[in-house]
Amino acid sequence: MDYVSPEGLRLDGRRPMEMRQLRAEIGTVAKANGSAVFEMGNTKVIAAVYGPREVQNRSQQINDQALVIMANFSTGDRMRKPKGDRRSTEISLVIRQTMEACILTHLMPRSQIGLCFNSIFTKKKHYTIFKELIDLCALSCLLASSFPISVYSRKRNISILNVSAGTRSACINAATLALADAGIPMRDIVTSCSAGYLNSTPLLDLNYIEDSAGGPDVTVGILPKLDKVTLLQMDAKLPVDIFENVMGLAIEGCKAIANYIREVLLENTKQLEYRRGL
Amino acid sequence: MLKSNTFSRKTKAGRIKKEVREIYLRDDIYCGAAACKTCDTSTSRAPLDVASPLLILDTNVLLHQIDLLENSAIDNAVLLSVVLDEVKNKNMAVYNRIRALSTNPLRKFYVFSNQFHKDTFVKRMDGETPNDYNDRAIRVATRWYQTHLGTAATILLITNDRDNKRRAGEEGISADTIQSYVKSLGQPELLDLLVLPASESEDTVMVEVEDLRPSKRQVVYQEHKPMSEITSGLHRGIYHQGKLRVNRYSPFQAYVGSESIGDEIIIYGRENMNRAFDGDIVAVELLPQDQWHEEKNLSIADEEDEEEDDVHLAPSSADDAPRTTNLVSDSATDMNSTPSRPSGRVVGIIKRNWHSYCGSLEPMSMPAGTGSFTSALFVSKDRRIPKIRIQTRQLENLLDKRIIVAVDSWDRQSRYPSGHYVRVIGEIGDRDTESEVVLIENDINSRPFSSQVLACLPPLPWSVSSEDVANSIRQDLRSLRVFSVDPPGCKDIDDALHLTALPNGNYEVGVHIADVTNFVHPGTPLDGEASQRGTSVYLVERRIDMLPKPLTEDICSLRADVERLAFSVIWEMTPDAEIISTRFTKSVIKSCGALSYVEAQARMDDSRLMDPLTTDLRNMNALAKIMRQRRIDRGALTLASAEVKFQIDTETHDPLDIDLPVVGYRDDPYFNKLIRILATRCMTQAVYFCSGDLSPPEYHHYGLAAPLYTHFTSPIRRYADVIVHRLLAASLGIDKLPPVFQDRSQLTSIADNLNYRHRNAQMASRASVELHTLIYFRKRPTDTEARIVKIRSNGFIVFVPKYGIEGPVYLTGRGEKGSGEWHVDEQQQKIVKMDNSNNNSLSYSVLQSVRIHMEVVEPQPNRPKLQLTLIT
Repeated sequence: MDYVSPEGLRLDGRRPMEMRQLRAEIGTVAKANGSAVFEMGNTKVIAAVYGPREVQNRSQQINDQALVIMANFSTGDRMRKPKGDRRSTEISLVIRQTMEACILTHLMPRSQIGLCFNSIFTKKKHYTIFKELIDLCALSCLLASSFPISVYSRKRNISILNVSAGTRSACINAATLALADAGIPMRDIVTSCSAGYLNSTPLLDLNYIEDSAGGPDVTVGILPKLDKVTLLQMDAKLPVDIFENVMGLAIEGCKAIANYIREVLLENTKQLEYRRGL
Repeated sequence: MLKSNTFSRKTKAGRIKKEVREIYLRDDIYCGAAACKTCDTSTSRAPLDVASPLLILDTNVLLHQIDLLENSAIDNAVLLSVVLDEVKNKNMAVYNRIRALSTNPLRKFYVFSNQFHKDTFVKRMDGETPNDYNDRAIRVATRWYQTHLGTAATILLITNDRDNKRRAGEEGISADTIQSYVKSLGQPELLDLLVLPASESEDTVMVEVEDLRPSKRQVVYQEHKPMSEITSGLHRGIYHQGKLRVNRYSPFQAYVGSESIGDEIIIYGRENMNRAFDGDIVAVELLPQDQWHEEKNLSIADEEDEEEDDVHLAPSSADDAPRTTNLVSDSATDMNSTPSRPSGRVVGIIKRNWHSYCGSLEPMSMPAGTGSFTSALFVSKDRRIPKIRIQTRQLENLLDKRIIVAVDSWDRQSRYPSGHYVRVIGEIGDRDTESEVVLIENDINSRPFSSQVLACLPPLPWSVSSEDVANSIRQDLRSLRVFSVDPPGCKDIDDALHLTALPNGNYEVGVHIADVTNFVHPGTPLDGEASQRGTSVYLVERRIDMLPKPLTEDICSLRADVERLAFSVIWEMTPDAEIISTRFTKSVIKSCGALSYVEAQARMDDSRLMDPLTTDLRNMNALAKIMRQRRIDRGALTLASAEVKFQIDTETHDPLDIDLPVVGYRDDPYFNKLIRILATRCMTQAVYFCSGDLSPPEYHHYGLAAPLYTHFTSPIRRYADVIVHRLLAASLGIDKLPPVFQDRSQLTSIADNLNYRHRNAQMASRASVELHTLIYFRKRPTDTEARIVKIRSNGFIVFVPKYGIEGPVYLTGRGEKGSGEWHVDEQQQKIVKMDNSNNNSLSYSVLQSVRIHMEVVEPQPNRPKLQLTLIT
């Protein structure tokens, strides 16, 4: 199958080096200490942060740093998956480790920071429902368990659309924003982006169809200011020189996202200033 | 850059699933006109010329008129991406040809990605069929071109869809059918290339043509079942799906290999084949068992054409052999009344395998008026293809020519399919024309290499540079006594040998293979072309190279007395040919002699010669003999095929002599060879495959009795060897592994292509030999010795050892086929004349020697063939 036409256009009209459209919103979950929505094309992720606060489960408490816990990641798939299914467990682990690496946990000993994500994919007209879901999501975060979207969608008779690609990148980007919103000290913002290799062309930010092609998919997370890589994952195999190209492309994507996230944070801060009347 | 989140689609996969695809609409897609001021033409190709009319082509025009579009008279056209996508879904072959056109710098074809352009994007409306949607998108794009280029250009929408044309008219777009556009060009020869619309689209031209043949307006074939019925029939097991293969030697018989039955279904007669062509994927319905045998006699009586075997070269494997043995057994087991193989009837065609065919027109008298359309029947060179009816205006030009014709349609009312003329190859009977036909029929690309390919060659004249010698991966073996042994006149020498006696009594043996991969880098146009061609093709009078000539004959060829780059294998062997160590390395060698087989043999036989080279040859021969014996002891087979050699007249290039070289046996020189040929024929050919596709037990090469086998000694003429060289270099750490080796589907397709090309190359070589055999015997009717290899109900098949020819000898005349005079004895493999008067009846049995007369006859015009008759 041709994923890049001879005219140099991908199936969704992008060129190989172009990213999907980004959109971010800060402070969407009222009950959380910090929250954000991050969209990459059709992939929408809500992240909510609770804490730092007292560790709920005393036995997990660490004396010299904060404990980062995370509710199991729930994807928007309509199908109900058995608890602890491998994909969501893996994604949860990856995200938690990435975020833990950038949070200055030693500043907050004996406390816990709770992260919670939900990723759902709806058309724009379901946006009100989306808001509703966010509140429910907040509840589930409090309970530190994943929110059963399937039950909800059946009750409300809405169709939750199939998963789009790049969920883990979107989650990390959303978490960065949410952590910043919660005012949790970080080394740097973490941004993440993926790149793939199809039809002998490196492609930035794969969409769902490209992701389902089963080709190599490199997900990179970086600390842009420190210029350090905190996350690097790849499915499938790639020769080293091509891998370097693809990874380079993903890093470029991360930097572009970092710029965007900075802009959003700056805008948010200005608004906060304005509201306080400073 | 805009973005629109549209596109919600329901797909049915058991349940309904909604999918959302995002589409990014762009403003940086250009119109492709060179004169356009608003578009940035510096970065991309802008071939379109505003001065002449700009054609926007509809899908149906692309799909049906590709032969016309390839003619340079049609130019300056826009290909919309929505159209290309539809073409791609419907016909991949046409799509590839269109893509080739759009990248050809000589042609003005431009691909406009209308689906992603912000002004030409069209959103699908509720309840709109895909066809209507595409038509609308085409009209929107046409209108955009009109407004974009303004009055400077004339935009013409070419469509054969009546509805689309009408709506375009309503929207103020000038539209035309391809027919009237071609007429307006005023080049009558182009009209022959036009495909006439099928009868469903009620076009006036077609009705006219059909009216001319009122007698033929009867239903000849049964209707094909609709696709939905076929699918459900396949599900319920009443229909069987498979690829139809027409018997090469008897076009009224076809086989469908069916997985659901696990056996081949035989289809007798054109009526049961129901308009299916060779290679089509068809759905077959089994006939009731009582008709299984009856049907055969019926079909032979039905057809007016002959059904007989041709004289041809002795086939070299089971795949090539005519599949007639079963018929004999059918007639033999007549009394048991349970024929073993099921027969069936085609009820529908799932996928057509139509392409263009080579042949000539059936001779006919010239109609009175010239210049008007006349119908003619086209007879394909390939006997598996039925006659094809074409319409032409240049009948007098075409009658004595070999032409190419493409098939367009075949409806129920006509006995023959209808098609259109594509191009002329040359005069019938001319050797160059006929050789060209052989190449085209076997899908062999004999075009000169493109400039992009030639650009990949190293600068000429080339010689081994000091960097090559200094390169640490290359070992300097120029001091060794390396030489090569090849057929006489061989120019593409791809391997050479050396042998040195070591102080410990062992030998160091080296095989040096041309280092083709040093020049053919993966991913280059050169590599792409080579992998497409797959193999060099050897015809009697010419060679079609896989790699350009400078590589084949000079840079890679390990010629005598020049330094060449090589990939070497060096073994240490005991005098008993036990391998002690093996080493692979890239090297630089200098061959000291390019010997021919005869020369080498003569040197070894001449006991006076004691020079080092001859000693090397003798030692090598001794080692080779031991190794061959060991292989045979292990269970390998000695195979043989009837390969003939021609001596070609240097001036006329006509064959002067044919010779089947045979190693002598005292009493019966040909017997052993014949047995080996017959044994080889029972085997299927070895094939290339991607090792990930099969399990290790399936890797076994039983002809050589080896668990694993690959070859890498001829990279100049086999692409498979190029692949092995790359793998070997990568496994030695000399080179990086090219990315293609990590792509299983691509490797599989390369392997499939290699098998296809290899087979075609063999077929072409055979056809070329057959062609020259015909030319040879045309002037020289000959009497000669032959051997019976197969008994049939009305005669037998003989093998003529001297010329390597196999063909039928008929004992009964054509009309009296199957009459009771001759009786086949299945047990004894004999054919006996039932003569009541005396007991010493005449009989012929397998392997018996007979004398025959060979002569070229032309029972059907333009299909000369060799006839064998028994001399009693």
